[in-house]
Amino acid sequence: MKRPQVKSWEYPRRVQDFPLGSTCDSDHLVSINAGWRTFRPVIDHDRCIDCLKCFLVCPDGAIDKSGPLLAVDYDFCKGCGICAHECPVKAIEMIKEVK
Amino acid sequence: MSGIRKFICGDDAVAEGVRLSRPHVISAYPITPQTIVVERLSEYVEEGSLKARYMHVESEHSAMSCAIGVSSVGARAFTATSSQGLLYMAETLPYASGARLPIVMMNANRSIATPWNIYGDQMDAMFLLNSGWIQYYVEDAQEALDMMIQGYRLAEDPEVMTPVMINVDGFVLTHTYELVEIPDQAGVDAFLPPLKMPLNSMSLEAPKSLSISAGNDTNMEFNMKQHLDMLAAGTRIQAVDKAYGQAFGRYYHGALEKIRTEDAEVILITAGTVTGTARVVVDRLRGEGKKVGLVKLRVLRPFPVEELTEALKGAEAVGVLDKNISFGYEGTIFTNVNSALMARAMTPKTMNFIGGIGGRDITKENLIEAYDKLFGAAAGQPLERVQYMNVRCDY
Amino acid sequence: MVKLNAKTLHNEEYFYGHKACGGCGESLALRHAMKVLGPDTFAALPAGCMAAVSFIYPNMAFTTNAMITPFAATGAVASGMAAGLEALGIEGTQTIGIAGDGGTADIGFQALSGAIDRNDDIIYLATDNEAYMNTGIQKSGLTPYGTRTTTSPAGKNLPGSIRQKKNMFEIVAAHGISYAATASVGYLEDFLMKMAKAKAVKGTSYIHVFVPCPTGWGYPAQQTVSLAKAAVDSGLWYLAEYEAGEFKLNRNPKSFTPAADYLLAQSRFKHLTPEDISRIEAQRDAKWEIMRRKWLG
Repeated sequence: MKRPQVKSWEYPRRVQDFPLGSTCDSDHLVSINAGWRTFRPVIDHDRCIDCLKCFLVCPDGAIDKSGPLLAVDYDFCKGCGICAHECPVKAIEMIKEVK
Repeated sequence: MSGIRKFICGDDAVAEGVRLSRPHVISAYPITPQTIVVERLSEYVEEGSLKARYMHVESEHSAMSCAIGVSSVGARAFTATSSQGLLYMAETLPYASGARLPIVMMNANRSIATPWNIYGDQMDAMFLLNSGWIQYYVEDAQEALDMMIQGYRLAEDPEVMTPVMINVDGFVLTHTYELVEIPDQAGVDAFLPPLKMPLNSMSLEAPKSLSISAGNDTNMEFNMKQHLDMLAAGTRIQAVDKAYGQAFGRYYHGALEKIRTEDAEVILITAGTVTGTARVVVDRLRGEGKKVGLVKLRVLRPFPVEELTEALKGAEAVGVLDKNISFGYEGTIFTNVNSALMARAMTPKTMNFIGGIGGRDITKENLIEAYDKLFGAAAGQPLERVQYMNVRCDY
Repeated sequence: MVKLNAKTLHNEEYFYGHKACGGCGESLALRHAMKVLGPDTFAALPAGCMAAVSFIYPNMAFTTNAMITPFAATGAVASGMAAGLEALGIEGTQTIGIAGDGGTADIGFQALSGAIDRNDDIIYLATDNEAYMNTGIQKSGLTPYGTRTTTSPAGKNLPGSIRQKKNMFEIVAAHGISYAATASVGYLEDFLMKMAKAKAVKGTSYIHVFVPCPTGWGYPAQQTVSLAKAAVDSGLWYLAEYEAGEFKLNRNPKSFTPAADYLLAQSRFKHLTPEDISRIEAQRDAKWEIMRRKWLG
């Protein structure tokens, strides 16, 4: 998976340890969005024709195409279902999350 | 070290100071009585004596927003405005101070509409006292020039990193001529090295997110840090001024100047050009044996509580001259001075003299009368605490 | 120029982990804009959804330099950033201002006009979801006729919004801008190509991208891309370019799909009567008549 990674962060101990100005390092994720999801997209790799449409249409960029098989970053997929809706061969199924 | 001397107006002096400070980008919108500043700067850019980009923005809001963009990537930005222009850009000022961007701005103090008026009072800058900007008020054209250079040095001080507003009284200073010494470029370059802002500016090496949002779990702490740093900037104001004095022979005594206050029974506090008139009055009254003193308040934020209360020690009555009215209360500087006195449990009689509104003259006679009233207050006379100078009819 | 599509587009993400609603069309446009522009991009975003979801300390969704600007100031801040970078001799960077429909056509219009007037080397991306969504779906200057918003309610007396969208694309073109285009997240390859063109342009370029909003429009989130496509196919949005003083229609459908299919799929248009829809189609046809006559030479 080649996606920005979650970093550890602790609440500053002193006011003076806060950043100078209303600033923060970019590429700085400390919490994931997985909890937003009601349905999870699951790719059927046998049916997948590797057209990469799902990679293209994902608003969260959560589908990684760098590996031999497409992979979903479940830390940041919100389960919107656009990938499944747009898949031309219906290779993505939206499965209800069990909490 | 001395440079050449020129007979120029206050706005010219500001432009000279800016040129010597070598900003990368000037973004400004014309407004009376600031206009000459931006005219001169555009001429300097055209002739090549200032290597900068002059950006013709379509409003003051964009002038400051553009300066914020310039500063956010670590380049030196300048803008200038006045009155309605300052109010029009008002919401952008805390963007600059919140992100700790070391922008320097000249504000030509001018009355606020309505009623319409282009002449000088200090209502405009008082609106922005809470904007997180360091605020200077200057007395003459030489100080205006010098404070442009000092302003950048202070704003860019790693311990300060806060924008600076230099207030220059409209017309009585922006448009009056005096002999001004122009420091030489080499001296200014040595005093004001190129801007380095590694901590909070954007860069390709360490990409930053700026002007971020902070929820109720961190917002207080971000604001606290800004506030504590602003309080601490007071010592840097003094240090920068001293360093300037060593380099160029002109020292302005930090956040305030004490004029014959040592044994003064009554002291008047002024900000801006009226100080010049008050100096003459103090000398005259001293000549008459009256123990009067004067405090020239140069910085309103951070408010110099220590220096001010030290200067006022021993005074039986303290007067504050305000070229502004906080409608429904009193002059703004007066409120601040009283609060400082309370903080040190000092209880001189205090009086507020509100004058100069919309460019109304403040004469030597007005100031002599003010000192008389302060002596009266010190002697226990029941005088109105807030006095209005030079009102032309009954009220 | 290499044709940009899902195959040729790289796998890096520069806008990631944001807190936008699931299925957000605007974030999809941002994601691709940033992918085209690359890691050396400086982004300026005013108040709005994208600023609100990307800079919540300590979660920063941009991997590149980015900042929130005063609401009215996108064009001015982006200009300043570009000028500062140029003054410092920092080369090979891209500066982009990204604002919504309100931030572009209403409050930010003046600063945008100023930036184009100066021909500053910036890209301005207008993400149009046809209302002030971040504050809870209020009417903007780009809200089309017949839209129910929280400040243009539909009832006995009014059909919702009673004005048509401001014609931002042509207003921008009238400045004599170097490059301007309209786009849609329903036609992503077209959008990618236009972003790439804007990147290559020296001077100001403007891209107006149509981005459905499931929360504000009232439709199931998975339909964002198909609805964006339906808007174009029904003729209620169009794909065009302005370049070197010439307008160009990128898509000129022989026939339109029924406007009702697009409109009635969204709760913001559910109240529309057949007469309202006929009126919308008549407005559409009048616009297309002019575009075809003037732009197809």
